[in-house]
Amino acid sequence: MISGTIDKIAGPLVVADGMKDARMYDLVYVSDYKLIGEIIELKEDKASIQVYEETGGLKPGDPVTATGKPLSVELGPGLVTAIYDGIQRPLDEIRKVAGDWITRGISIRGLDHGKEWDFAPVATVGLKVTGGEVLGSVPETKLITHKVMVPPEVSGEITWMIEAGKYNIDTIIAKLKTSDGSTVELPMYHNWPVRKPRPIAEKKAPEEPLITGQRVIDAFFPLGKGGTACVPGPFGSGKTVIQHQLAKWADAEMVVYVGCGERGNEMTDVLQEFPELEDPKTGEPLILRTVLVANTSNMPVAAREASVYTGITIGEYFRDMGYSVALMADSTSRWAEAMREMSGRLEEMPGEEGYPAYLGTRIAEFYERAGNVKCIGGDRSGALTVVGAVSPAGGDLSDPVVQSTLRVVKVFWSLQARLAYARHFPAIGWLDSYSLYTDNLKDYYDEKLGTEWVPMIKEAISLLQQEANLLEIARLVGAESLSPEDQLILFTARSLREDFLHQNAFHDVDTYTSITKQKIMMEVIMHTSAEMKKAIRSSVSPGELFELPLKEEIARMSYIPEDRLDDIEAIKKHVNSQINDLIEKEQIA
Amino acid sequence: MIREYTTTVEISGPLMLVDGVEGVAYEELVEIELPDGEIRHGKVLEIDSRMTLIQLFEGSSGTGITESRVRFLGKQVELGVSEEMLGRVFDGQGRPRAPFDTAPPIVPEKMKNINGAPINPCARDYPAEFIQTGFSSIDGINTLVRGQKLPVFSGSGLPHAAVAAQIARQAKVIGGGENFAVVFAAMGITFEEADYFIRDFRKTGAMDRAVVFMNLASDPAIERISTPRMALTAAEYLAYEKDMHILVILTDMTNYCDALREISAARKEVPGRRGYPGYLYTDLASLYERAGRIKGRKGSITQIPILTMPEDDKTHPIPDLTGYITEGQLILNRELHKKGIYPPMDVMESLSRLKDKGIGKNKTREDHADLFNQLMAAYSAGKDAKELAVILGVAALSPLDQKYLAFAHEYEKKYISQGEHESRNIEETLDLGWELLKLLPRSEMKRIDPGRLDKYWPEEVASS
Ligand SMILES: Nc1ncnc2c1ncn2[C@@H]1O[C@H](COP(=O)(O)OP(=O)(O)OP(=O)(O)O)[C@@H](O)[C@H]1O
Ligand SMILES: [Mg+2]
Repeated sequence: MISGTIDKIAGPLVVADGMKDARMYDLVYVSDYKLIGEIIELKEDKASIQVYEETGGLKPGDPVTATGKPLSVELGPGLVTAIYDGIQRPLDEIRKVAGDWITRGISIRGLDHGKEWDFAPVATVGLKVTGGEVLGSVPETKLITHKVMVPPEVSGEITWMIEAGKYNIDTIIAKLKTSDGSTVELPMYHNWPVRKPRPIAEKKAPEEPLITGQRVIDAFFPLGKGGTACVPGPFGSGKTVIQHQLAKWADAEMVVYVGCGERGNEMTDVLQEFPELEDPKTGEPLILRTVLVANTSNMPVAAREASVYTGITIGEYFRDMGYSVALMADSTSRWAEAMREMSGRLEEMPGEEGYPAYLGTRIAEFYERAGNVKCIGGDRSGALTVVGAVSPAGGDLSDPVVQSTLRVVKVFWSLQARLAYARHFPAIGWLDSYSLYTDNLKDYYDEKLGTEWVPMIKEAISLLQQEANLLEIARLVGAESLSPEDQLILFTARSLREDFLHQNAFHDVDTYTSITKQKIMMEVIMHTSAEMKKAIRSSVSPGELFELPLKEEIARMSYIPEDRLDDIEAIKKHVNSQINDLIEKEQIA
Repeated sequence: MIREYTTTVEISGPLMLVDGVEGVAYEELVEIELPDGEIRHGKVLEIDSRMTLIQLFEGSSGTGITESRVRFLGKQVELGVSEEMLGRVFDGQGRPRAPFDTAPPIVPEKMKNINGAPINPCARDYPAEFIQTGFSSIDGINTLVRGQKLPVFSGSGLPHAAVAAQIARQAKVIGGGENFAVVFAAMGITFEEADYFIRDFRKTGAMDRAVVFMNLASDPAIERISTPRMALTAAEYLAYEKDMHILVILTDMTNYCDALREISAARKEVPGRRGYPGYLYTDLASLYERAGRIKGRKGSITQIPILTMPEDDKTHPIPDLTGYITEGQLILNRELHKKGIYPPMDVMESLSRLKDKGIGKNKTREDHADLFNQLMAAYSAGKDAKELAVILGVAALSPLDQKYLAFAHEYEKKYISQGEHESRNIEETLDLGWELLKLLPRSEMKRIDPGRLDKYWPEEVASS
């Protein structure tokens, strides 16, 4: 063990003397409080340490000891339903020890080492295994069967396997003889350093969409399983609501939600709501597939920097089991600010807006940990989808964090203050957002929704683009002086916006829309548009068409429950008859 | 153990550098005795094995390098608290503040570190209890709930003081006759504005249920850093140890941030936007996140920070970072103010993020959410129509747009606008909303559940 003494204290940064033999990113204990920290710079015998807890009361001369190990997380049964701080300390356990406020120097391990789990072996003695191979499984929750795997960098021949039974995670469940003849004993969990991506066999392009039940996303700007997306927007534009909606309704098998430097109440919201909400696929409570990492804005800033890594390492671990995992990080800007603060204290040369010059690299490395992969150790595929919120200063997209993020992610959901003020939610702008997955996902949609789906969406997007141009003109000359065809474009585009893209996250039915329902809704709108076009050709006046009662029915489509989709289908018939009546009237006259 | 030093080597702005100090701790409280016996305070901002950097709370004027005696007190900055604080006016360091308060200091029941500690997210209870402020523009549209932090974004010359005082006067929970108190922290405001609040509190009897911490424009700027922390420490004591519901008003956060910038500049830190330090977000969060509710505890802390936006610019770092931390914002609008509308609440840009769980059946009324959505949509359409009318003239608007235009006008005049002493209850606010919607065709009520529409606006009425 390497030990030194404190030389300097400046906020979350502590500099220690006598640390010549320490290594970068080693975990250290600072002072007799045993505050946890990590070495982020070494200069001669001085180590700069970012401390994950409040540093008030520390003194020069206080002891510092390096553990010789990097900051790691414990991976094993007991992760699901947990809520951790930025360095994987369980917040509910901290509360039992320290009360309602978080105090310092509390050391609690990430997993419960006393709890017993039903372990069922699948590997057998004599088998040669490598990292990632499944040794056995534990039914962790009703939704997650935890696969206990050989740690990534271990391999050998199984010489002993425990029989099925109830064990705690410290119990040795298998013994391996490695190539150099030594024996490795494997408990049910292992540690993994958070800053090091877990290895994979192969990365593939996403081929399936992550179905989110959010119409603007699934229909217009879909995200692939294993893909990356970012949601930048000014405050109050709906970043958190979108992240919560994805955590609730996305068809991932496992969800990791990282609250990084945001509000305490938002984590409470998840904690109180998720045990109550049902997974639309299984009917089980959503919390049974969720891990939360909560390092709120008032918790120590260095631990905020670590929290996204803690979260993504847990995500990778479940991906390695072969699950489709979705990770939400709200907000990556707070992570970047934590980097900026540490960088400033280290007196590094600042880059743009005071952010460190390596900001872009760190962001790219983080999103690169996402992917649709072939897992190591067996024939499994897993996916880790990453969605990061970005909170640019003043809502300005030229912000360095936004720009660095846009360079690496494939989906951009651009939140617009203008839409949020008009209470058009989700406030994802349809003109500047994009998804680079639409081509990859075409086959999937052709199969599931028919080949007419993709062209129909293209047409809808094109109508919205035409609307933007026409509105400009209408502003100058008045909507009334537009041609009837153009008026129809405005009418349809408005219907697309208000009746399809607008979606109320807080309405019991509207909060989630299956893709089947999305398709029917879209068909009704486009069908109406086509029928009206015919009517206009037969000289029916647009004014009359736009006042038809069908308008009200279309407006209510989104509130029709999933088990009554026929009611939406039926709207098409009402549309036909109402419009035909007008055409007939016109022909008689 | 008190250690005294006379080895000051540098004083610059609000900072003091002392040499050869041993055994002091980071954030330790410091006392500086001047030659004339005056005592100043400060705290340790940075230490290494040789030098100690001290931040002076009352500023450095009058301190000298050779004559200052620097004592380290072996503890962090604390506030003595007790229920006697109610009805009292303190300065930024917790001492009675003349001329508003000339009584002797309180006898503290206990001492509390003013930095507080982060609330464990697992211990939080989600705020969901509706607070009736008596303002339609707040209760109906941007509903405040207990434990929320909802700032007022104002501009110079706008009536934020009147709005805040009126909220403090009228705020109540329906059916709750519980223990309620106001903690008021003034940072760098003028004597006149401070006097306005104190007189309003005294006149309405609210003073008995108020604790005031006051740092005026003429007081040392640096003291503004500790003022809100003192106030929040008092609030936490009253809320969580004495079961009271506390409304904390912090005004003006812009002055607080400027004081923070002053210290950062004196330390020669790399400045962020507009010279404010890069950690402004984190620092503000350490104040705002002290609002909330805690499971199993009766009391609560609701925060209304007030800030003036330089040049009414919402993207200025202070309102911007505040908006990223708080649970919404109430924005005062200069145009409405010029039109004579009080409160000049910009309901479009204002937002209460916690309203969804604080409104509805058993809280306000079942129709509240739909009604709110519809009013917002209609007002927005009305404002669009107004923009159009400016270019094309009212006559060029479609008949529907003309109706929306009329609606927007009435909405501002009847719904947003109200008297300085008019407190509307929630029923009145909701009914007023329905009354105004009836200026529009019933078919436009797209955001309202059909069942509810039938109940609150039966079909027959539409055709008549
Ligand atoms: N899909 C939605 N349906 C209904 N309301 C929404 C929706 N999205 C956002 N809102 C409204 O907008 C408010 C702000 O959204 P949210 O908290 O997600 O903003 P944000 O972008 O995360 O802001 P910040 O950066 O400050 O955290 C919500 O409280 C809610 O009232
Ligand atoms: Mg948010």
